[in-house]
Amino acid sequence: MHKIIAATQIASDVRWLKIDAPLVARACQAGQFVIVRLDDNGERIPLTIAGTDPARGCIDLVIKAIGKTTIALCQLGAGDLIRDVAGPLGKPTEIVAGKHAAVVGGGVGAAVILPIAAALKQASSRVIALTGGHTRDAVLLEIELSRVCDRVIACTDDGSYGFSGTVADCLRDLIAGGDRLDIVYTAGPVPMMRAIAELTRPHAIRTIASLNPIMVDGTGMCGGCRVSVGGQVRFACVDGPEFDAHAVDFGELSERLSAYRSQEQLALRRWNDEHGRLCTRP
Amino acid sequence: MTLKERMKIARQQMPQRPAEVRAADFDEVNLGFDLRLAQLEAQRCLECKDAPCIAGCPVRLDVPAFLTHLASADLRGAADVLLRDNALPAITGRVCPQEEQCEQVCVRGKGHGCPVAIGHLERFVADWARDSGAATPTQRPAPSGFRVAVVGAGPAGLTAAGELARRGHGVAVFEALHAPGGVLRYGIPEFRLPKAIIDAEVRRLEDWGVEVIPNVVIGRTLTIDELLTQRGFHAVFIANGAGLPVFMNLPGENLKGVYSANEFLTRINLMGAWRFPECDTPVVTARRAVVVGGGNTAMDAVRTARRLGAAEATLVYRRSRTEMPARIEEIAHAEEEGIVFRLLCNPVRILGDEAGWVRGIECVRMELGEPDDSGRRRPVVVPGSEFTIDCELVVEAIGTRANPLLTTTTPDLKLNPRGYIVVDDAGMTSKPGVFAGGDIARGAATVILAMGDGKRAAAAIDAWLRKG
Repeated sequence: MHKIIAATQIASDVRWLKIDAPLVARACQAGQFVIVRLDDNGERIPLTIAGTDPARGCIDLVIKAIGKTTIALCQLGAGDLIRDVAGPLGKPTEIVAGKHAAVVGGGVGAAVILPIAAALKQASSRVIALTGGHTRDAVLLEIELSRVCDRVIACTDDGSYGFSGTVADCLRDLIAGGDRLDIVYTAGPVPMMRAIAELTRPHAIRTIASLNPIMVDGTGMCGGCRVSVGGQVRFACVDGPEFDAHAVDFGELSERLSAYRSQEQLALRRWNDEHGRLCTRP
Repeated sequence: MTLKERMKIARQQMPQRPAEVRAADFDEVNLGFDLRLAQLEAQRCLECKDAPCIAGCPVRLDVPAFLTHLASADLRGAADVLLRDNALPAITGRVCPQEEQCEQVCVRGKGHGCPVAIGHLERFVADWARDSGAATPTQRPAPSGFRVAVVGAGPAGLTAAGELARRGHGVAVFEALHAPGGVLRYGIPEFRLPKAIIDAEVRRLEDWGVEVIPNVVIGRTLTIDELLTQRGFHAVFIANGAGLPVFMNLPGENLKGVYSANEFLTRINLMGAWRFPECDTPVVTARRAVVVGGGNTAMDAVRTARRLGAAEATLVYRRSRTEMPARIEEIAHAEEEGIVFRLLCNPVRILGDEAGWVRGIECVRMELGEPDDSGRRRPVVVPGSEFTIDCELVVEAIGTRANPLLTTTTPDLKLNPRGYIVVDDAGMTSKPGVFAGGDIARGAATVILAMGDGKRAAAAIDAWLRKG
């Protein structure tokens, strides 16, 4: 059992949980994730570790309420317990020292790029962060990113805040404006990561995408998280979750992510029925 | 009882549930002997002086002593012998390939005879010991002052843990998943090995003082070096299993509805996907399912697909029935349950629909040529024999390869070219005080061979610790 130390709502459907997990906090590096199981009948879901506090033995998880399990997680508050937290899993991010880097996050992807940005800064790289969402409420972690980045640009698709347009539009403008980038790290919805990859490809800017395939055990045992990278099959949990974005088959990833859509809808309907339809949003 | 009287007794049949009933649920197929059947079967043992059955057992169970107690209905005595030699008898009594081990060398099986049903009797006594509470140890040994970390709560790790605890060592078993059992839990279906049996066997180890710590991934959460230098362990036994599934690299393999056996069985056995939506983990079900492979895992997967509602559940295997590595009993059970065997067939391509789902599997027919390195006749493609089996689910059960997760973070462990940990005769690795066994040392094998490794390594660890 892992106790929730603190819980904060950071958008209407996004919750920040601080969880007691001392062994994970001690070992974690940027880019790694945990597998979380909420209760005895729960599924195992991978969640990126957004931050750690080894001294207090805590890890941070930023969770968007999408399906049954994430909605239930977002209902939890300080003092509540999570059944299982295993990690840190996956390979740590390869951090470049003394370079010009951009970290690009869409929605809760901001939680993935936050520890990467901090590690890059620690390694004396210059870091520009782009954090985007459809509207102002969906732009996450701007303040947290600003603490560890040289510059943060918030982007909204509807123009309600910051840069008007997607993070890809914003990155295009940066590159067009002559900003020299050695490397781009990106995390977020698949179409967004694909757009970033297509944008940096003609400029031959090295681009790393943190992938989010369906996963069960997280230790390589099941092979469910397989992704095609440069024509090779790789397991996101042991070979990734970060890969060369120019080599990833995003179409296949997107297709595989849809495999359980009807079951996910069924589980959500049942959960809503049991909880009086109050909880499509926390 | 005279020898002649013993020789007259025929082998007792294991009662089992009717195929048409059991193929629709996940309850156990075999029902087990009752005392009368068990005693009768035990009386068939000739108590041979040289007892080849002991050498035939990877954990060296004293079969004749065990059967002598049982033949006189001394269940307590039989249980004592059984538990002394075997840490997980209710499990091995269910999943061991006895026909290739103890029962293969049984003198009663020579010529046209039938060997004593040692496996069924092991199961009977282990179940009795559990249900009657006779398996609970009365006293713990004096603490040795040594602590041993075991990596992985599968058959090798649990066996080693039990043996080490009985010798007075403090034992912590680190398990990457949220529940102990390893392949026993995620790989073997409920209808062959109920989870309650694993739970009971693990509880018994805990009664002996073994601590099982779930959700710790050695190689990520903690390293081997940290266990030895910061966590106060004097020795480590690595038994983290084989790991990564092998895929055939067929076109269409990443379509939706294509699984490795590990994933398909993990979703169902570990995560309870057969009870979705009561359990949160889903699994793809299909009217027509194809499983590729010929081992016990393939049998488990195809019988599971059947139980999940596949009206047509087909097993595709590239050699003939003679070469199938699965246990005879499992093959027979699969056939009784209506599994279609497409032997001498090999997949070449998985076909998908426009929505990215499997719609069929294209295969070629094979014929057997000259023997290969494994001594089995090599299957050769029959040119132009392509045909398609329509299906909505494909499971590949063709094996596993070494998991690199622990070994890449422990660079001073010597590996063989295939990534498995190299060990000496005692199970010690190239790192002093670090031992390894089970699939990560020998490659994919059986539960009982992994247990044999665990038992041998525990003895070696004990000797190594006491030597100082």
